[in-house]
Parts: sequence; structure tokens; C-alpha cells
Amino acid sequence: MKRVFVRLALAAVLGATASVASAQTLNTIKQRGSLNCGANGTLAGFGLPDSQGRWTGLDVDFCKALAAAIFNDPNKVKFVPLTAKDRFTALQSGEVDVLARNTTWTSSRDTSLGLNFTAVNYYDGQGFMVRKSLKVNSALELNDAAICVQQGTTTELNLADYFRANKMKLKTVTFATADEALKAYDASRCDAYTTDASGLAGERLRLANTNDHIILPEIISKEPLGPVVRHGDDQWFDIVKWTHYAMVTAEEFGVTRSNVDDQAKSDNPEIKRLLGTEGKHGEALGLPNDWAARIVKHVGNYGEAFERNVGQGSALKIGRGINALWNKGGLQYAPPIR
Amino acid sequence: MSAVDTGRSRTALIYNPRIRGFVYQALLCAAIAFLAWGAISNAIDNLARAKIASGFGFWHNTAGFDISQTLIEYSTTSTYGRAFWVGLLNTLLVAGLGIVLATVLGFIIGIARLSTNWLVARLAGVYVELIRNLPLLLQLLFWYNAVLKVLPEVRDSFLVPGGGLLNNRGLFLPQPVFHERFLAVAAALAVAIVLAVAYRVFAKRRQMRTGQPAPVLIVAAAMVIGLPLAALIVTGFPVDFTYPERGRFNVRGGIEVLPEFMALLFGLVIYTAAFIAEVVRAGIQAVAKGQAEAAYSLGLRPGPTLRLVVMPQAMRVIVPPLTSQYLNLTKNSSLAVAIGYPDLVQIFTGTVLNQTGQAIEVVVITMAVYLTISLVTSLLMNLYNRRVSLAER
Amino acid sequence: MSDTATITDARLSFVRDRPFDPLPPPLVHSGAIGWLLQNLFSSFTNILLTVSCVAMVVWLLPPLIEFLIFDAVWDGSSRADCIVTPQRPAVGACWAFVIERLGFFTYGFYPIEERWRVDVFFVLLAFGIGWMTWLDAPRRGLGMIYFFAVMPVLSFFLLVGLPAIGLQAVSTAQWGGVLVTIVVSAVGIVVSLPLGVLLALGRRSKMPVVRMSSVIFIEVVRGVPLITVLFMASVMLPLFVPESLTPDKLLRALVGVALFAAAYMAEVVRAGLQAIPRGQYEAAMAVGLSYWQAMRLIVLPQALKVTLPNIVNTFIGLFKDTTLVFIVGIFDFLKTIEAARGDVNWATPVTSVTGYAFAAMFYFVFCYAMSRYARYVEHRLRAGDRR
Repeated sequence: MKRVFVRLALAAVLGATASVASAQTLNTIKQRGSLNCGANGTLAGFGLPDSQGRWTGLDVDFCKALAAAIFNDPNKVKFVPLTAKDRFTALQSGEVDVLARNTTWTSSRDTSLGLNFTAVNYYDGQGFMVRKSLKVNSALELNDAAICVQQGTTTELNLADYFRANKMKLKTVTFATADEALKAYDASRCDAYTTDASGLAGERLRLANTNDHIILPEIISKEPLGPVVRHGDDQWFDIVKWTHYAMVTAEEFGVTRSNVDDQAKSDNPEIKRLLGTEGKHGEALGLPNDWAARIVKHVGNYGEAFERNVGQGSALKIGRGINALWNKGGLQYAPPIR
Repeated sequence: MSAVDTGRSRTALIYNPRIRGFVYQALLCAAIAFLAWGAISNAIDNLARAKIASGFGFWHNTAGFDISQTLIEYSTTSTYGRAFWVGLLNTLLVAGLGIVLATVLGFIIGIARLSTNWLVARLAGVYVELIRNLPLLLQLLFWYNAVLKVLPEVRDSFLVPGGGLLNNRGLFLPQPVFHERFLAVAAALAVAIVLAVAYRVFAKRRQMRTGQPAPVLIVAAAMVIGLPLAALIVTGFPVDFTYPERGRFNVRGGIEVLPEFMALLFGLVIYTAAFIAEVVRAGIQAVAKGQAEAAYSLGLRPGPTLRLVVMPQAMRVIVPPLTSQYLNLTKNSSLAVAIGYPDLVQIFTGTVLNQTGQAIEVVVITMAVYLTISLVTSLLMNLYNRRVSLAER
Repeated sequence: MSDTATITDARLSFVRDRPFDPLPPPLVHSGAIGWLLQNLFSSFTNILLTVSCVAMVVWLLPPLIEFLIFDAVWDGSSRADCIVTPQRPAVGACWAFVIERLGFFTYGFYPIEERWRVDVFFVLLAFGIGWMTWLDAPRRGLGMIYFFAVMPVLSFFLLVGLPAIGLQAVSTAQWGGVLVTIVVSAVGIVVSLPLGVLLALGRRSKMPVVRMSSVIFIEVVRGVPLITVLFMASVMLPLFVPESLTPDKLLRALVGVALFAAAYMAEVVRAGLQAIPRGQYEAAMAVGLSYWQAMRLIVLPQALKVTLPNIVNTFIGLFKDTTLVFIVGIFDFLKTIEAARGDVNWATPVTSVTGYAFAAMFYFVFCYAMSRYARYVEHRLRAGDRR
């Protein structure tokens, strides 16, 4: 009873902009006709709108893949730019269905925020960027250096831990957003700027004189980044998790955007199960059986998305490194679809 | 008969203002209670579902982050509670200094706006109009950007006379290290202040009695500066300074004033002074013109007229709006979050909120702190106001 | 005899017994030179002040004008046009950057083909403001209904979209720039004024519960910084509503700004209510008007008229405070400037200053115009009182 009343009262106040979320995330998304995806908004390579409002990035492509699997249309996504600060609240409150915003998987976030991490779509680690003119070759030489960092992230805590572990004196200058921290670094307020290594590559390009800055070799933390969903909806959790695995599997078996239609005729049972020509693996998820085919057709496999957004096909030029497939010396490994 | 009677009493009941008032209030109470209950039960549901911890247990947990300006001892192993106090002190520091400087600048500009010198009055007017019509946040961003741009790199630091350094990492001043004998100097200072106050009381009484003014300011200054100086010489300068030195990256040692602090203080002072100037101008204009004219006709010069005749009366009009300007400055200091100065909002509703996820507790504590500051400031200013308005007869 | 004795009394020896010689007449007291002598060079201190002021103006003004106009770059397409080269030794403001990003500053990420809707919204709003602020306009009562009821509804559907009539839905995450600044201020005034009137009446009510709840709301909100109210709206509000109802980010900020402004508006309106003589209330009661009739027909029209200048001044404060939504991650005008000045394509030493100068001009033009208007109304009211 009270629920009904509160709902009525608030509906009157909050009007038509309120959105409805329920345990059945997938149904809600289908009814709404689009996926709400929490994305970064300021990080090149992961989530960044251009001045026309077109979003690009690895996390953005992940959401597009989800939309492709559900609607067969990668553009049925609404991207909600979130700051590091409000991202969990946005997911908890149902403002977004999935949070694909280079979010580090940690035990406390996984267990105490009412969230579930699904998979790791980028293995990252925290690094440092300094001016070449300082002639610093290692992060261990940064004793007493002023370091610009964004507040309220694991980055800030890792930094303090690293300096304490190495008995170095730390001078942090914290800012509410990564953007402000980078601007302060660019204005020489700090000697070094620290964030995830993938972020550093992108941020470095945003500095006035890119070549005056280098990224130090040390990686001081493990930062497995991945999409996050709310607790309590296992079906949606599975969909998000397997969307990533489908992209990895597609790369493993050489299914690409351009050859996906030909591959559908393949005799390889692994590929047949992936593309839905054999078995009913999509139905079990609540999706059509060609869900993975839709993903690859519209967005591509994991390798394609990687190269396009952060790899050689992008301005960032980050190597695959530990993000290569498991059979190529990396960590990206998908459980079999069968 | 009886029907008419009941009809009348029913109308009387509906139109009885007391009963209607009671019903309205009961309805309002019910509505507030209902909303509060709805909000709280929703919050409990939402927190339980999202598995967000509640309560103030986090207060004693290790914070794990570093803060760039700490007035009390703090390290990454301190607790969130400690971080709270660091933030609060930083807020109070910038607000306190800001209030003093903004008052000085505001009074100067306010008086300048009424200057007989046309150019001075106009320039003060332009200042007030320009500053009041621009958002403070924009001004802060501008000043921070300007501070970082104008100040040099560490290796090209400006040398401040007396052994200080000024660069884009801040202002570094020599830090005094006191020996035990310095207590004598401190004692001398205390004695000098007491003597100066006593002399002022004496001089005032004598002036009341005989009409003879005494040079209070000069004598008091001589005492307050002279006595400790004499003590310093007698005890053989029992104070050393550690001078800031340029290290590989940063300046080491000395007292550090962050550029964020400078920009914030500068921005707040410039902005609030424009409002104080208007308050002062209105206060002075509220004093009847005849008061100043009477003072002139008695032969007082413009300076003493302002100081002895106009200002004491103007203060009665000035103090209440001045209080709200002080409160505004304190509240506006929370914009520190935009330029990275570690004030209460930046540390507490920024980092601590993020790391604990306990939005309700953190925001409520922060609001309670500002409310307390507001109430205490209002209280102090009301006391002062009562003192100045007592002069009214 | 006794009189002269008093005057020559030793105790009163400081009273002069004969007047000073008259001072010589001033050399000139009319004309330009007389004005100069009187206003700028009347004494040694004044001469000193004048000279230092002139020095300050000469030191500040010409470089500023040079930077903003003469050395400024007006057209170009990238940073190359705004950096110092041997052919162009001095570079002032990089207006080319502002011109290129003007669309972004005005509409944010609003889809380009839908931007006409924003323009229509601006026109609707300007029309309403014109009607409300022109004191001699015809049918101002109707204007009030338009401004507080018709226009908000029209604008809502125009900006958010109404797919039923072919207006494609545009998520508020895509709004930005001047649009957001104007929306936040417009919602602020449209909501805070009626709410502020209610709170002010509540604070003067004879019913203790009504009075106490108004007082507590007003004083608590006025005692805390806007930024904490915005934090409350953005991180606490979602926890207080049922999970199924989550107001979007912009709406949450709007709720915060509107509540904050209402508390300040309430105090302004209360001052106006206090200025209305008791006789007016009593006369209204005497002719048999109910409380609400008396307020609506007699008291509020007079009270709001005398407080109009203060309402406008409060609104200037609100307009400047809208910049704070930037801290909770909303793309208002100032945030678009901040975002654009970090653009690599335009990374030059002058980009930031140019961006800030443009923002300053924008805010100054609006705020100054409003403060002039407030002063004009005040003047007019005073003229009315004199009659």
C-alpha cells in the first residue's frame, strides 16, 4: 500500500523522465526499446563522444554488442556519461542497465556494493606519465615528486600504497575528475600524472606537446576492467558475461565482421554453436540463437574491437600484450560454448 | 428546531478557524511523516538490496589516501575520522583568512566608491559591477589557471626576500624553529599587549576627562613591537629558521602554501569584497548627511569624521548583511572542490564518500558541519551587533 | 558682566575669541577645469590617488583591449592559426576557437538535426520573459499563466521529445551548454517563486506546525552550501525513492537547485510581506475575504511588486550558481568551456584565457542586464511612492 502511494506521489513529482527498472532487466530493456549503458565520456579509446555526440571506444563497442545481441541493431543504446564518483550509484539505482566504464574489479566492489562484475574486457594496470625533461626512467625515482591524481578511485589508493611500500615521500594533488588532474599536470602543477596505463596512452595524446611526455615502465597495480551489472538478475548477468565471451570466441576461431556470413556455413562445430546454426545456446540466455552472429556482424570480434579502439587502428597504438588471446600468450580466455 | 441547530453547529465547525487550523496542521504533519517514512523505508530497502553498509563504523577505518595540505598530523594510515578533521580545518583556515582579508578590501572599496575623487569612485564602481556579475566558479577557475600560468617552474623559482621561494608548486616560507628561551619573547609579547590595552583604556578616560587626545596607536605599536624585540635581543635570538630548498622535483622544508590555496583565497576575497563594498556603501549612505556635515563644521577632517562619526553609526546598518556575507564566503569555500584544494567537501564528500559508498552519512555530516558553522558565526555576529547597537539612545 | 566673565574663564580658553581670516575664493569653480580641480585634484592625497588610478588604468586597459580585439585571431580552423609564428609575433584571444565551438557551447551534444527545437525553446522563453518584465505590457495576468504553466509544459515536450507527434526523444544526457544553463535557471525561477511564496506565507502563518516546518526548511537550506545540496540531490535522492523510479541526472540537479532557490526566494518574499501595512490585511478581512482570497487579491500583488527588484537580484545569484551543476557532472555552459579548452586541436597558450573571457562576457551580459533592470524597477517604484 505504502509503495503504491509513494510511487504515485513521486510519479506526480518526477513526471515522465523517471525510468522503470525491475528484476527482469532484459524485459525492461526490450520494452524500452533501447539499452542504457553507463560509459566514461572522457576517456579516448574506451568511451568518448565526439562533438556530434557519436560515441566510440572499447567499452562503447561492448554496449553496442549487447544492443546488437538483443535488438539486432547496435545503435539502440543510450550512453550515459558517468563520473568515477556517481557510476555505482547510477547502476544501483537503475539509471543504467550495465556499467561499461573501465571499472576495476575488486573484491570489495564485487561483494559490498550490490554489484556483480561479469568478465574482464581489458587487463590494465596503473602507470605513471612524466615529462621527458625530468630525465626520470623509473617510478622508483619519483621520491618527493608531486603527483596529480583523480580522487575517489582505486588509483588514489594504489598510489599511496606504492609509495608507502617503497618508503618514498608522496605529494599528491587530487582533483575531482581525470580531466582536471590532467590539465593541472599539463600546467606543470605536478611532476607526474598517474592513472591506468591504457588511460595514460589516451591522455598523453590530449597534451599540447605529446612528445614531451613519456610513460614509465612500472605498472604498480592489477586493474582488471570489465562491465558490471546489479546483483539479483542472473539472466542479465549471463547475457553480459557471454557477450564478452562470444566476442573472444569469435576471435579465437577467426570469425570476423567481414566473414561472419560465410562462416555461418562452416562445418566446424565450435563455429556452428557460436553462430547459432547448431544448438540453442541463445535461447538459454533469453536471446535469439543467432545472438553471437549479430554481435560479430555489427560490432566485430574482440580483436577487431580492440584494434579499432585502442590498438594499431587507433591513435592510442596500444599493443595487445596481456590482452592477447590465451593461445597467443595473453589472458583473454573464453569458456567453451556448448 | 433541532435540525437548524445541528446545521448551525456543523457550519460553525467547518468555519471555525481554530478547528480548521488544527486540521490543516494535522494534515501537514501527516504528509511530512508520510514522506519521511516513505523515504526512510525506501532508503532501508535500497541500502539492503545494494548491500551498502550503514552507520558510522567507517569513521575508524583506515583512509589510505594522501592529502596535500594537512594542518594536523595525517598520513595514509590515518582514519577517515582524521581525514574529516583535516578537511574541516582546511575549510576553516581558508574561510577565516578569507573573511579577514575580504573585510579589509571590502571596506576600502566601499569607502572608495563614495570618494570625492571622481576617478577613484568610478574605478571602485567598475570593480564592484564586474566582480558581482560573474560566477564565482568561473573566477576561481580563471585564478587557478592564472596562478599556474604566471608562476615559474621549481628550478626558476622567484626568490622571496627572507629566504622564501615562489613557484608553481606554491609559496614556501622559512619555518621558524623555537628554542626554549623563546618563551621569554612570547611572554614579552603578552605583557606588551596587556600594557597596550591598558594604555588605551587610560588614554580614553583621560580624553573624556580633559579633552586631551593621546597617540594611542603609536604608543601601542611601539610597545607591541618594541618589547618582544627587546626580549629577542636580550635572549640572543632564540629562534632558527629552516629554509626551503629546491629538491630534485619539489621544494623541501619550510612552510608550504599550496597554489590551490592561493587561488581559492584570492578568488574568495576578490569576490566577497565586492559584496562587502556594497554593504559598506549602503551603510555609510544610511547615515544622515547632517552627521558628517556637523562633524566638518566642528572642524574635523574627513578621515576622523569617517572614523569617529560616520562609521560607528554605519556599523549598525552594516553588521547584519556583513554577517551573511561572511557566511556566504564560508559556504562558497566549498567550491574548492573544483580546483583541487583539500577542503571538507573535497575530502569528505569527494574521496571518503567514494571509498565508503555511504552517501547518506557523509552528506548529512557535511551539511551538519556547515549548519553548525553558520549558526556559530551568526551567534558571534549577533553578539557584536548587540554591542554596536547599544550605542543607540 | 557675568557673561563676559564666563567667556574669559580660563577653563574655556580653547574657544576662539575672534574668527579666522576668510580663505581666498577658489580660482575656478565652473567649467571643465573647475570640475577637474574639484573632483580629481582637490588635495595632495587626491592628486596622489588620481595619479595612481590613472597609472593603473594605463597599465591594465591597453593590453586588455589589444588582447581581446587588435591581436585577436578571428578566423582559423585549428591551433596552427592561434600560435605565435615569426609572421605573427603577438597572438591575442583566439576567437576562431570560440566561433568553431559555438554550436557545442550552445547545444552541447543535442543532435544537430534537432537543434531547431532548442532555438524555438529560447524564443518561447524570451517571449515569456519579455511579457513578464515589461511592466506596462497588456494582459500581464495571462503572461503569468503563460510563464508559469503553458511555457514549461510546451518546453518540456519540445526539448525532451514527444514521439507521438514526430518529435524524436532526446535524452537529457545529450543536453549541454547554454541550453542546460538556461534550463536550470528557468526551472529554478519557475519552481522557486511559487514555492518561495508558499514558504514565506508558511513562515508568517499563525499555525505553529506550518511555521516551524517552513522555518526549519528555509534555515537549513540557507545554512549549507549549494554544492552539498547538489550532492544530496545527486547521490542521496536515488536512495530515497523506490528502486523503480529513478529520476535522471539532470532532473536530480534541477530538484536541488529549485529547492535551494526556493529557500532564498522565501526570505525575499517574506521581506515584501512585512512591508505591507497591517491595515491592508485587516481591511481585506473586514470585507469578508478568506485568507487565500486576501493573499491572492490584496497582499501578494503589492508585496511582489515591491520585492520585484530583490527577486531579480536573487535570480542573478541563481543564474550564477547554475555553474555549480558542473561539479556534479552536468554539461552546463561553463563545463562545455572547460571541456573544449582541453581539446588537442586547439591547444595553445591562449585557448584557456579565450574560453574564460567568452564565458565571462556571456555571464556578465546577462547578469548586468538583469541588475540594470532591477535598478530600473526600483527607481520606478520609488517614483510611484513620491507621487
